[in-house]
Amino acid sequence: MTARVALADVEVGTELPAQVFHVDRAGLVRYAGASGDFNVIHWNERLATSVGLPNVIAHGMLTMALAGRTVTDWVGDPGAVVEFGTKFTRPVVVPDDADGATVEVTGKVAAINDDGTVRVSLSVVCDGVTVLGNPRAVVRLA
Amino acid sequence: MPLNEAFLGRVFPPSAPYQVGREKIREFASAIGDANPAFHDVEAARALGYPDVIAPPTFAVVLALKASTAAVKDPELGLDYSRVVHGEQTFAYSRPIVAGDELVVTVTIDSLRTIAGNDMVNARGDITTVDGEHVATTTSLLVARALEPSE
Repeated sequence: MTARVALADVEVGTELPAQVFHVDRAGLVRYAGASGDFNVIHWNERLATSVGLPNVIAHGMLTMALAGRTVTDWVGDPGAVVEFGTKFTRPVVVPDDADGATVEVTGKVAAINDDGTVRVSLSVVCDGVTVLGNPRAVVRLA
Repeated sequence: MPLNEAFLGRVFPPSAPYQVGREKIREFASAIGDANPAFHDVEAARALGYPDVIAPPTFAVVLALKASTAAVKDPELGLDYSRVVHGEQTFAYSRPIVAGDELVVTVTIDSLRTIAGNDMVNARGDITTVDGEHVATTTSLLVARALEPSE
């Protein structure tokens, strides 16, 4: 279990490489199948709009997974992530077009803990709106 | 219908064992677009010190939401599952989930409350191997939205 980033290389404020993800309808179907979450609001526009949503929305857990990728890509060893959490505050609306939705993830080291782990705080934005509330991870660096 | 306070602190029987497949991990990682070799390549995972490919940090939700959904669908609880959205999710790992693991989930209802007509249930999932080794603990806040907009 060896993270690529060493504790000695980071300080509070160290930024993770920012990432941009594209989420389209095919991706939602694929995530539904892989995760077993077949809630209709993630693939059926008629039923999504019937419950008051503007359109089909992405699985919150898919958006969270993209945020997680930003951390695991940075740290190298995904097993170095010991805690990960978020609130789901705004939906990622995925229109039925070639572009779908764009999710931008940035992050920085927010704290260095006494046990040598670091807390990373993330920001996850779609269409200029923050979609995840207080997304954060605790990572054990090399 | 109000939430049934008798469910607070209730511990549900452990789920049936879930066999973590190598191909399932690869499928899940591909579905989140993640080519990290630790999820796909056994040799790369072994080079990091794991016995087989490991699962992405959010993979545990596949087991946890299945178990907690089954628990909160108990009609005695009084949660209208047709209105449920996912409000919050956390994971805390003792170690990553590895292909070949056989895992059981024990769901506990950690909190129940109703705010502005929204029924909120926090379900904790303690994930262990069938031999009792702790792997991860998840918490899922499930919210049945108010029938009328409260904002």
